Formats: sequence, C-alpha cells, structure tokens
Amino acid sequence: MGKVGLFIPCYVDQFFPRVGLATLRVLRGLGLEVEYPRDQTCCGQPMYNTGCSREARPLAERFVRLFAGYEAVVAPSASCVSMVKLHYPELLGGTDEVRRLAGRTFDLSEYLVDVVKVTRVEGEYAKKVGLHRSCHGIRELRESSSSERMDAPFDKTRQLVSQLRGIELVELDRPDECCGFGGTFAVTEEAVSCMMGRDRIADHVRAGAEVIAGYDMSCLMHLDGLARRDGTKLPIVHVAEMLEKARLSR
Amino acid sequence: MIHSHPDKARAFVADDERAHWHDKALWFVRVKRDRGAATVPEWEALRTAAEGIKAHTLSRLGAYLEEFEAKAAANGIQVHWARDGEEHNRIVHGILERHRVSLLVKSKSMLTEELHLNPYLEARGIEVVDTDLGERIVQLAGEPPSHIVMPAIHRKKEEIGELFHEKLGTPKGLSDPTVLTGKARVHLREKFLSAQAGLTGVNFAIAETGGFVVVTNEGNADMGTTLPRVHVASMGIEKVIPRLADLGVFLRLLARSATGQPVSSYTTHFHAPLPGGELHVVIVDSGRSQMLSEAHRRKALSCIRCGACLNTCPVYRRSGGYSYSYLIPGPIGSVLGPHRDLAGHASLPFASSLCGSCTDVCPVKVDLHHQLLVLRQEAGEEKLIPLGKRLGMKAAAFAMARPGLFRAGGRFARWVLRAAPGLARFGPAAVWLRGRELPEAPRESFADLYDRETAGKPEERS
Ligand code: SF4
Repeated sequence: MGKVGLFIPCYVDQFFPRVGLATLRVLRGLGLEVEYPRDQTCCGQPMYNTGCSREARPLAERFVRLFAGYEAVVAPSASCVSMVKLHYPELLGGTDEVRRLAGRTFDLSEYLVDVVKVTRVEGEYAKKVGLHRSCHGIRELRESSSSERMDAPFDKTRQLVSQLRGIELVELDRPDECCGFGGTFAVTEEAVSCMMGRDRIADHVRAGAEVIAGYDMSCLMHLDGLARRDGTKLPIVHVAEMLEKARLSR
Repeated sequence: MIHSHPDKARAFVADDERAHWHDKALWFVRVKRDRGAATVPEWEALRTAAEGIKAHTLSRLGAYLEEFEAKAAANGIQVHWARDGEEHNRIVHGILERHRVSLLVKSKSMLTEELHLNPYLEARGIEVVDTDLGERIVQLAGEPPSHIVMPAIHRKKEEIGELFHEKLGTPKGLSDPTVLTGKARVHLREKFLSAQAGLTGVNFAIAETGGFVVVTNEGNADMGTTLPRVHVASMGIEKVIPRLADLGVFLRLLARSATGQPVSSYTTHFHAPLPGGELHVVIVDSGRSQMLSEAHRRKALSCIRCGACLNTCPVYRRSGGYSYSYLIPGPIGSVLGPHRDLAGHASLPFASSLCGSCTDVCPVKVDLHHQLLVLRQEAGEEKLIPLGKRLGMKAAAFAMARPGLFRAGGRFARWVLRAAPGLARFGPAAVWLRGRELPEAPRESFADLYDRETAGKPEERS
C-alpha cells in the first residue's frame, strides 16, 4: 500500500488537535504509512458554501497539488471530505487529476470500513453514547442510510463503534436531523441555527446520552458550544478518539 | 426594505413555544410520509422512474405540449396559451366575462397565487372564493398561503375559531376541528351552489389522452367543476406528462410524499366539458421556459408540489412560511424564487444548512440543496452577498493561501482566546457567542502534536 495523506481540516488543526492525533494513531495502528503534508491549510469549503468560489478556487488548487501524490487522503471530517470528493470536480472542472483525488479522499469511518475493510474492533468505551450523524456524512458521502430514503439501513460509523465493550448507543427520536451548524449558516442564520442545535441536544438528553459522539467536529463544536452555554453536561467526542485505544482488524 | 430571511426567522424563533409547535406539527407530517413511503418496497425505484419521466418530458416539452393541445382540442377542450400572468389573467377574465360570471369558486392553485389572479378579478368586480379549507382560511385572514399543501398550517385551531367567528359569524370560542370544518362546509356549499364558474389547477396533463388530473383531499375541485357549467383550468407548461401509464408513477409518490396517504381522497380526470358547458385549459409560461433553457435550473421544473421538502426542512419548520420572500416557501421556493429573480430573493439560497434532507425526500429527486449551493455561487458572482461576509472570506482565503500566515495567525488567535477570552466578543466570533461558547483554545495545534508524535516524544497535555 502507498502512503496515506492525512488531511486535518483547518479548524481541527487549531481547535481540536487531539482529534487529529487520534486519527493519526488509528491509521498508524493499522500499520499504514501516514504523512501529514505540512503546508495544508483549508480546503476552501467555507468560501464555497458562502458563494465565494473565486476565493475557494485557489485553495482547492493548492489542496490538489499538496495531496495529488498520495494513494489515499483521509480526514476526520465528513463535511470537508465531501467538499473534495463532490465539489472539487465542479469547482475546478473535472480534470483527471481532480477526479482521481476526489475518488481517493475519504472520511475516517468510510476509509476504515470500505478501504481497509476493518471488521473487528476490540476496545472499550463504557458509556451511553448518542451518535450524531452529520448531514454530509449521510447525504453526500452516504456513510449511512438516510431516514428519507427507503434503502436498507446501514451505518459505517456505528458498525465500528458499536463493537466497543460497554458502549450503549441510545435511540434518538429524530435519528438524522441537522444540528444547524452548516458552516457560515451558523452565523448568517444564527437564531435558527441555535434552535436546531438545542433541539438536537434535547433529543440526546431525552434518550439518556452521557456523551455525544460524531465524525464531524464542526457539528460537535456547535453542539458543545450550546451545551456549555446552557450548562448542560453533555461532552463531545470524535469517533477517532473512541477508536484510538482499540485494536482494529480485518 | 429588503426582505431578509434571517430577520424574519429570528422573529419567528423568538416565540419559542410557537416555533416548537410549528416544528412538531410539520415533523408529524414528515413522519407520516416516512410510514407511507415505507409501505412501498419499490419506493426508490419509483423516484428514479419519476425523475426520468420528468427529465425526458422536459427535454421535448414543446412537442408534448402540442400533442396535449391537439388531443385536448379533439376532446372539446378549449386550449389557451399565456406568456405571462398578465396574459393569463386577461384570458381567464375574458372567459368569465363572456359568461357573465360574478362569483368564481377556485380550488387550490399555487399557480394562480403566483400570477395574482384573485386581485385581478376582484378589481374587475368578480368575487373569488378559494374553496380548499386551508386556502379559504388564509383568504379570510387576508394572508398568502404559508405552505403549498397546507396553506394555513401556521394557524392554531383556536385562532381559526376566532377568525370564523369574526368573518363567518360562528359562535365565539370554537376550536374543535370537526365543528370548524362543518361550519366552513356550510359556508362553502352556498358558494358552490351560486357560483357560475369554477377554476382549478392541474396536477398532471397527459399528452397522450388530452385529459388532465386534479388531486384534492376535500373534493372541492369536484364540486367546483360539476355544479357550475364553466370550468377553467390553469397549468404551468411543466405539468404535462407523456402517457397515461406514467401517471401511476406520480400518483403513487404524490400523496405519500405530501401527507403519507396511499392516495389522495379525490383524483379526478377531466377529458371533456360537461354537457352544455365549457372546459378551458390555460397553459402558462411565466418564466418557466427561461428556466428550461438553462441546464442548471431545469431540474427544478420537475417539482410536483408535494410539499415534502418543506415538511422535512429543519429551517422551514423553525422559521415558518412567511420568513421566505418568495410565495413558495421552503427549499423548493428558495430554489424557484432566486432562479427567477436572484437579486429580489438574495437571502433565500442561504436560508439552508445544506443538510440535504430535501433532496433525499423529494419524490422526483430535485437536487434541491445542490441547486441552493449553485445559486450561492451566482449570488457571489453578482455581489449579492453582504459586504462584510465577502471581505471576511477574502481575508480568510488570503491567509489560508499562506501556510506561514495561517499558522502564525492561528497561534496568535488561540493565545488571545486563552489570555483574554472576553475579547472574543468584539471580534468576528461575536455573533457565534450570542448563544454559544467557543471551543477552548489549545496551546498546541495539530501540526505541533504531529511533529512530536512523529519524533517519538511524549505528548504534552494542553
Ligand atoms: S421539490 Fe420535490 S419535495 Fe419539494 S415540493 Fe417539489 S416535488 Fe415535493
């Protein structure tokens, strides 16, 4: 196997370095050769989602340059991955290089399940966990089935973490409703964004969750910000951190 | 003043109890839709078929419309063409005038809302009564519909009792839906019996047969087209489908998507005028052919107006129909409005978290959230994004193109956040901080941890 390029989104690099480290350890723990291209910054998603494709384009171009040489590119963030995978081809024009990169960029869960083909997870996480399934993981990357589509249910993240000893995944009333982060939406539509987030938290609390787990730190950052403001004791955790100490095997 | 979705939404959210009531009422409909859809094993195949039929039809729309016209004419239907609302309204008024119509009963038609038919006719001395219960409620209240399938969904039953008391003279304090519906029925029966003409929308026009189909739950379209001798049906050019066999695909999807019902209570096929009567179909363009001509807008014309994307939209549910500047609210309205007039509806492409629930729920697979993203780029190109946001993105992009600057800036920002957290309130995070905390700023970035990890040094906890 060739090298894996570790893609750590800008805000994860700055605010959630532990999540990046956990991702690195999970991948290295599988015996993979992982490298973090030092010059990476931001994939351009915030600009693109705000309608500033002019500003997004040079960032996307430098991302392609930095990551073109890797066999796979893996990130602990479904939303940023969907930017590269789904939106780079339309933003940059579908050149071979862009398409190739798009096809080889993965969110951590899908990389573990689909590419490495991890089937067994041995480890422990003895808590009641509410799994927050972020929208772009569901409806862009199809890491899990969506409640709208009548497909057979599946969930790659759940498939991994549900094997941890002692874990109890609580049942939510609305299993995949948006938390209201949405990038700059969180600020542009601040009122609705906060209400959406509070409603999600209430659902997790009602279900008995002790912690909210997810694969997208941006959504978790928003939920955590609301919970802390309201004095709700509901810490957040990224799936990479849950898997960091576990033994993953095919 | 520019109508801005965020401002209207903020006002809606401020009434927390009501906003949650609205959210739950619509989520309930979404859940019913899920149950309805789940009873059809081939649901996803149906959606794919519906998407394909629409794409095919739109690719040769002119031919199918002409086929429909010829077949309809052979059935004795009088077909009219209208370029825009003005022409449509003139045609309808001409028909009504010829028959000396003083009272027109209408069954729900979003198209005539779009074309402002009611005020046009009222200004010319014709009374127009909307006969769909929800539509009648908003008409009595002097409001536009707040939802395309449930026009009065924003009103509680107590408020409807109050409105009926005021406008229809019912006893004060009624709130039982059955009683209220009974009162409305008596009121509407009178109108049905005295109207000289009925107007309906069209759900599907079938090219092969020259007939068309109207779907309702209350049977009001049937009353309104069988009691008066004159029936006018208004349809947008996108309503035609090729064959009768295609209809089943859409009917199976429509009612389930709209309300979860396996089929609507009334699915009425019209093929010819009543004996001694007249049947007119007015086919309206009103901006649709423009959308058809641009590939990235075309797909929005596939919409069958089921309302499912509104019910599922976490933003619509929490901001209400009136927070949208276009008359059709929710995801499909935020697509259609800006496709027609981006400057007039510049806040709508941004009234979405891009969660994609609309796209997945849509029975004809309109790529709603993707169209919103495309419209955002158009808004950016046309400088319709607030200046502050544009400059912020420019500045961020400048820094992000320079790894050294990004790392130094990040380190500095985290240092400020740790040293003087109160300062954040004056920076770009001010709006974020209104209802939320910022994440705690760690001493080291991931890049720092990576170097240490790779060099095999123990991690320093921050
Ligand atoms: S866009 Fe799709 S979901 Fe929305 S109203 Fe139209 S058909 Fe229904």
